[in-house]
Amino acid sequence: MDALFQNPVLSTAFWAFVKIMIILNGMLGIVSYLIYAERKIAGHMQARTGPNRVGPLGLLQPIADVLKLFFKEEFIPTDANKVIFHIAPMLAVIPALVTFVIIPFGPGDALVGTDLNVGLLLFFAMSSLGVYAITLGGWASNNKYALLGGLRSSAQMISYELAMGLSTIGVLLLAGSLSLVDIVHAQARVMHLGPLAIPAWNVLFQPLAFVIFMITAFAETNRAPFDLPEAEGELIAGFHIEYSSMKFGLFFLGEFMNVISISCIAVTLFLGGWNGPGPQMLGIVWFLLKLAALLFFFIWVRWTYPRLRYDQLMNLGWKVLLPLSLANIVLTALAITLTGGNA
Amino acid sequence: MTPFLFLGFAALLVASALMVVIHRNPVTSALFLVLAFCSLAGIYLLLGAEFVGMVQIIVYAGAIMVLFLFVIMYLNLSHDVESGVQIAMRRALGWVIGALVVAEGLLLAGRRWFPGPDAHPIAPLHPGNTQAVGEALYTRYLFPFEITSILLLVAMVGVIVIGRGRGAAAPPAAPPPDLTRGGGS
Repeated sequence: MDALFQNPVLSTAFWAFVKIMIILNGMLGIVSYLIYAERKIAGHMQARTGPNRVGPLGLLQPIADVLKLFFKEEFIPTDANKVIFHIAPMLAVIPALVTFVIIPFGPGDALVGTDLNVGLLLFFAMSSLGVYAITLGGWASNNKYALLGGLRSSAQMISYELAMGLSTIGVLLLAGSLSLVDIVHAQARVMHLGPLAIPAWNVLFQPLAFVIFMITAFAETNRAPFDLPEAEGELIAGFHIEYSSMKFGLFFLGEFMNVISISCIAVTLFLGGWNGPGPQMLGIVWFLLKLAALLFFFIWVRWTYPRLRYDQLMNLGWKVLLPLSLANIVLTALAITLTGGNA
Repeated sequence: MTPFLFLGFAALLVASALMVVIHRNPVTSALFLVLAFCSLAGIYLLLGAEFVGMVQIIVYAGAIMVLFLFVIMYLNLSHDVESGVQIAMRRALGWVIGALVVAEGLLLAGRRWFPGPDAHPIAPLHPGNTQAVGEALYTRYLFPFEITSILLLVAMVGVIVIGRGRGAAAPPAAPPPDLTRGGGS
């Protein structure tokens, strides 16, 4: 054991492995209870109780769900492209998982996977790779509805990725760095307005960017009201129509992991990351509380708004969000230049 | 550690690039090209060019190749649409170009200026090469940068003009049927 910690390569690999195991298992746990929370909240919003039979308060429901998925029959369409049909669900999960490497859950090196100096770019790189899962899954199934769902999704995600990327530039200008740790540090100040102590979170300086980021986040994760790729009324189930058993489960897992990772990014960029009152130790608690609030917001919106029509979706992305995010960049840059960088 | 990673990425890059050319299914070829781009990004990272590596994935793997896939899926290129003569022509041309490339490689490998492993390593940039790229673009290379953006703008306008058809502007698209008020009842 001592030899392990004296060898720098081995000890780096060991700690990387520990972090990977914590993040992987933690995220799997959060995803399964996020699905439970979604069903429970949806139930209460529709004046039902939601799952309440498996275990106390239905708390064992996620385990039952996963077991059911594993025991279901695997079905592969005869004319499907077998290799790509198998690869697509993996592609849905891997980029979503890789994103967690850059997220600073709390202060200190132990709570960050890696503090990359191009952290935010890694997030965009992974989210742009996530398009492949849905496009290829739809194409490889050799099913018209699946193909349509896949094509819709790639058009939607590419369109909204632009607005999302541009909306974060204001934050980058304020922090002067692409590293997520630096961005959180830049929001550590507290402003005193009479008796009030207001945290200098980016959401106060970049409200427009925050709204644009959240809207595009819904589109990027294919959540309602932007769930056109799987619109059941017109496309039956969209890109995952031919998927069953755990392959369907992987798409599901990927979607929820994307929701969590994009919420983590939103907390980091706009809601001050781990910053909050109290000692530094509480950092991770603040982060998780903010994350939980955003996750609730995702579920809340899903059960509140109807789905958009395809032309409305494209109009909103290209004619509203993109110009607004460009205007936000110009305004932010102007403000920073005029105040000499002390915004 | 770095040499092993380099060998891994380089082997992956060469293998996937070969598969792009060899594989018969155009969609699979496109996917191998994505893999090639990702391994190239890995090599950029090893060289300390994080910005270029990430942009490589975002732009090429994430945006351009998705559009390629789009086109391939729409055109459905699974069957050969060319006649045998064209294929024979192309095959002959391929042999000639291949022979030229091999000859060039042999010529280059014989020269002494081929940089070996003990060439000067590039010093890592501080505070980071995102800043360095930005500064170079907006000071020294400002003029070419602006020219490139105008070129892209011209291309975009051109695409819209071609897309709308020749002569007079295309009639405005019919508004989608109003489904919100019970369809005229």
